[in-house]
Formats: sequence, C-alpha cells, structure tokens
Amino acid sequence: MEHAIEVRALRKSYGKLEVLKGVDLEVERGSIVALLGSNGAGKTTVVRILGTLLKPDAGTASVNGFDVVAEPARVRASISLTGQFAAVDEILTGRENLVLIAKLRRVPKPQAVAVGLLARFGLTDAGGRPVSTYSGGMRRRLDIAMSLIGDPPVIFLDEPTTGLDPEARLDVWKVIQELAGGGTTVLLTTQYLDEAEKLADRIAILHEGTIIVSGTLAELRGLLPPAKVEYVERQPTLEEIFLATVGRKESR
Amino acid sequence: MTTHAVNDTSVLLGRSIKHVTRSLDTIITVTIMPIAFLLLFRYVFGGAIQAGTDNYVNYLMPGILLIAIASGVSYTGFRLFNDMRNGIFERFNSMPIARSSVLWGHVLTSLVSNGISAVVIVGTGLIIGFRSSAGVLAWLAVTGILALFTLALTWLAVLAGLTASTPDGASAFSYPLVFLPFVSSAFVPTATMPGPVRAFAENQPVTSIVDSIRALLDRQPVGGDIWIALAWCAGVCVVAYALALIAYRRRIS
Ligand SMILES: Nc1ncnc2c1ncn2[C@@H]1O[C@H](COP(=O)(O)OP(=O)(O)OP(=O)(O)O)[C@@H](O)[C@H]1O
Ligand SMILES: [Mg+2]
Repeated sequence: MEHAIEVRALRKSYGKLEVLKGVDLEVERGSIVALLGSNGAGKTTVVRILGTLLKPDAGTASVNGFDVVAEPARVRASISLTGQFAAVDEILTGRENLVLIAKLRRVPKPQAVAVGLLARFGLTDAGGRPVSTYSGGMRRRLDIAMSLIGDPPVIFLDEPTTGLDPEARLDVWKVIQELAGGGTTVLLTTQYLDEAEKLADRIAILHEGTIIVSGTLAELRGLLPPAKVEYVERQPTLEEIFLATVGRKESR
Repeated sequence: MTTHAVNDTSVLLGRSIKHVTRSLDTIITVTIMPIAFLLLFRYVFGGAIQAGTDNYVNYLMPGILLIAIASGVSYTGFRLFNDMRNGIFERFNSMPIARSSVLWGHVLTSLVSNGISAVVIVGTGLIIGFRSSAGVLAWLAVTGILALFTLALTWLAVLAGLTASTPDGASAFSYPLVFLPFVSSAFVPTATMPGPVRAFAENQPVTSIVDSIRALLDRQPVGGDIWIALAWCAGVCVVAYALALIAYRRRIS
C-alpha cells in the first residue's frame, strides 16, 4: 500500500537561499513521524509544501495518494495543518473558533463538536471568552483543537508543544497518540528531542537541505558507536544522536 | 463545488460580520464621521454656500453617502491584512473550502456594513430635513448605484489588503477616495470652481455619481450622467477585481 506521505527529491529556494536540496521522506499510514532540524533547517518549509501553501521548485510530494501540486484540493481534503504560530481568530471566542472550522468542514452538529473539544483541551471555562484574552498556551491548545475537527486522515503539526507548560504538553502528547492509535497519520516537527523520542515511531533529521538520517530510535542509535563504557552503561539519548549527526559539539 | 462556495462564503460572512459588530470604533467612524460632515455642512457652512437649492440637506446627501462608503471600505483592507498576518488566512487556505470564499466573505461584509451605515445616515438626514419624493424604482436605482460603488471600492480595498506590508498601508489607500467628493459637485456646484479644478471636478467619477443620485432622489431626469456613473463604477470594479485575484493567486502559491 502506498504511504500516507511520500516526498521525493524535493527542492525549494527562497531567492538565492537554497533551503531544501533534495528531501526524501516516507511516512506510513497511522504512524507518527517527527521531523527534527535546527532553526532554519527548513522544517516549516517542508510542512507548508505538504499543506499546499507553498509550491516546490522541483521534486514530488504526495499526501494520501494525491500530488500536492497537481491535486491540491484533494490534498486539502485529506489534511489539517497546525502551523508553527497559532492561527486563531482573536475576536471570536474559543467556542466560535471551533464552530467556524466545524461549519467550514461541514461536520454535523458543529456546536456539540465545539463543546467536546473545549472539554478535551481544558478550555471549557474559557470557551465563551474572546481569544484575545487567552494566554499563549491556551491559544495553542485551541489551535490544535481546531485542527482535529473533521478527522482528516493526515495531520501536520509544526512545533505543536512549543510554549506549552509541562501538563499541557503531556495532554497534547496523549491526543497525538490517540490520533495515531485511531489510524491518523501524524507528521510533526519539534525542537524537543524528548518529544520525538516519546512520541515518534520514526524520526527524520533535516540538515543542510536533506534528510541526513531517518529511522526508528533504535536504528538511529545503531548509527552511533556503541554506548560508551562508563560507570553505568547507558544508551545515547536522542539529543546526543542529533548533535552528533548534525556535527555539533556538545557544549557541556 | 458551487454549493460549497455558497456555504463557505456565508460561514465566513458570518465570521467577518462578528468582527464588525465587535469593534465599536469601526462602527463609529463609519457612521459618525459622515454624520458629523452632514451636520457641519448643514448648520455651519451651508448658510454660506449658494447651491441653487432650497433644501441643502437634499443636495448634500449623495456626497455624504459616498464619503461614508469610501471610509467604510478601508476596514475591509485592514481586516484582510490582519487575517494574513495572524495566520488564519493560511489555515483557511490549507482547508478544503472554496478558495474564493475567503475573499467574498470580506467583500459581502463590506456590502452589508456599508448598507447599514447608509441607512443610519439617511435616517439622520430625515431628522434634519432630508426629503425625497422618489418612488420605489428610483430608490432601487440609487441602492444599485451605491452597491456597485461599494463593490468597486471594496475590491480596491481587497487589493490594498493583499499587497500592503503594514496595517496602515492596507487602509491608507482610502484617504484620497474620502477626499474626492470634496472636489466634486457633492457640496458646491462645480461652476463656482476655477478652471483646472473645475475640469477635474467635472470629469472625475464622484460628480457623475452624485449628480445621478441627486437627480433620482429629486425626481429629475437623470440624463447621460447615470451611464457615466455606472461605467466608472463597473470599470473600477472589474479592474480592481482582476488585480485582486492576481494578487490573491500570488499570495497563496
Ligand atoms: N518566505 C520566506 N522568504 C525568504 N526566506 C524564507 C522564507 N521562509 C523561510 N525562509 C528561510 O528559509 C529557511 C528555512 O526556514 P523554515 O521556516 O522552513 O525553517 P524551520 O526549520 O522551520 O526553522 P525553525 O525551527 O526556526 O522554525 C530559513 O533560513 C528562513 O529564513
Ligand atoms: Mg519552523
């Protein structure tokens, strides 16, 4: 069976700045893949291309079997995208934001959907307040809640937990795991390596325009020399793998 | 697909109307400013202006309505700009909705909100002596001209909102539009103006629009003015619409 996301030799430049220089990536249906990379590596660029917001210069990308350039409308019907920065309507209330998306996605009983999601994301009390009064974390939770409406088979989350407190982060992790458990494919980017370690079935590291390594955490560990013999033998953390593969020295 | 477009546009219209009703300052500027002009010209300047009419409020009304519309549409550019800046525009564009609905939601909101402010202004006019003997057909014609004028300026506002790099830029385009009625037949007859100014005033769109509306409301023959007025509105509307769509495609690809 085809993959939920297939990216081949994807290239993208902004003017002279070559950001993607031939990215290859496959994501199996129902799996969670984490895309890692330093600031400016091009993670958001990949996500925006997959979400039909940006056209690639070369290469192909398909989502749910549909080419992002040739069949953008079918791709959009298969996805939801939570961008790096919360995309919510400040003037509407939290509930109205959810109802708005539910109506646009033509799901039955928009009001009931909104009430359910507010409860699921701990926003019931704030649901009647304009979003302009929300904290950053509340906005982010609302933003993610809006992306779940309509049960799209593929979900992109660009740094979903940045700015969330530890508890809210765990809640979002739980939601992501439930989604994958229910067969939804999730591609997420993150700066938190422990997040990738905990959540992702596979991890891909984007560096200098290409995916330099990808695989399960165990496979990635296999790329490094065997665990150093210390007092206590321990597995390298993903952080160490990350820093070793992108060729940076650990500062400590 | 077309039924989707209707559903999506009406949902986004509802959203954008909430933005209008929840920002009091926009409602105030859109109706209070033109009403202030109406009172100013009626009670302060009016006495000194020889417009050759026994009811100066009647004379003023068309120009005041155009000023209200020209300042009202600038909020459309501003709202669109905000949508793009805070990311909700991209959210809509990554969703399976009719793409045109993102713009039409704002455009229809402009028609509705400008329509409401026009009604409020005419209502205020009635209190201070505005009278019209026009019949239903003439009122329909006036409504049609004003709607077309609003549509044309709204697409200009959409163009400004899509291409601006600052929120001020997104609304500043309307300042010259608000000014245009002052150099037209809206407040004083053009015959009193010196040569070059008079030539400009008589050949810019506002004069033909004002003259046609004034004639319709006064049950006078409208003559060729109405065709010139309609041609201006339709022309600006088509050109601004085409440019706005080009700007929109650039923006979303
Ligand atoms: N619209 C744009 N115009 C010009 N350059 C851009 C544009 N968008 C992104 N870039 C550049 O492309 C590079 C990749 O950006 P991108 O946002 O994809 O990185 P990222 O991996 O998501 O980074 P971060 O972790 O900081 O979110 C950066 O150098 C950025 O400055
Ligand atoms: Mg990013």
